[in-house]
Amino acid sequence: MAAGPAGGAARDPGLQPERTRLAWRRTTLSATVAAVLAARQCVADGPADPAGIIGAALSLLVWVAFLAVAHRRMRALAAPRPPGLTPRTATAAAACSLALACFAVALLV
Amino acid sequence: MSDFVRDLRLWFAPRRIREEGETPDYRFSLANERTFLAWVRTALALVGGGFAVDQFLPDLRWGARVGLALALLAAGALCALRAVNHWVRCERAMRRGEDLPVSRFPALLSLAVGAVAATMVLAVLLRRHG
Repeated sequence: MAAGPAGGAARDPGLQPERTRLAWRRTTLSATVAAVLAARQCVADGPADPAGIIGAALSLLVWVAFLAVAHRRMRALAAPRPPGLTPRTATAAAACSLALACFAVALLV
Repeated sequence: MSDFVRDLRLWFAPRRIREEGETPDYRFSLANERTFLAWVRTALALVGGGFAVDQFLPDLRWGARVGLALALLAAGALCALRAVNHWVRCERAMRRGEDLPVSRFPALLSLAVGAVAATMVLAVLLRRHG
């Protein structure tokens, strides 16, 4: 572990926490695209359909849940020596994409 | 299959994984986390692709459209599940100092994506000429 420049805490010269934070950000963007497509699918039959509104709200909810998980993890990664990812966070992140997939199947069939 | 069930228990037990072996260099854990995130992105992209096929190919016959969309969505769902499982297994292997797990999943996924792509090419071509 190389010591950082004067005044800074010990910092990884490979910027691993930073790269991991950016990976979370990229994943958030992917989740946004998937959630927008899901919401678009729900309101395809016109804006007056109540089932469509509920579906769009649900996909928004999944998106917000993913944002919350990613935000918490990105804050934890701001530490110079961040703690490891917990299985719960990993499962929550994967569950959000799984929820969107199940959602899509329900809309198709 | 029983291996999978045992791994499944690790998903929800954050402490049990810490009891095994010793904590590896945090940079290795972060690299494992980035790999996990890359798989989640792949899953999200496949799910998005499934939605997109259904929304942006309205001229396709119903069967072909829903079939393609379902194939992409199933691949996305599998990818998301597999992302967590692979992450847990890698984490445990690093803690125990074992070799990282190998898997044929990437090969199967590429074959499935290739098959979907070929079907789409056929569908577009047939529509042009038919």
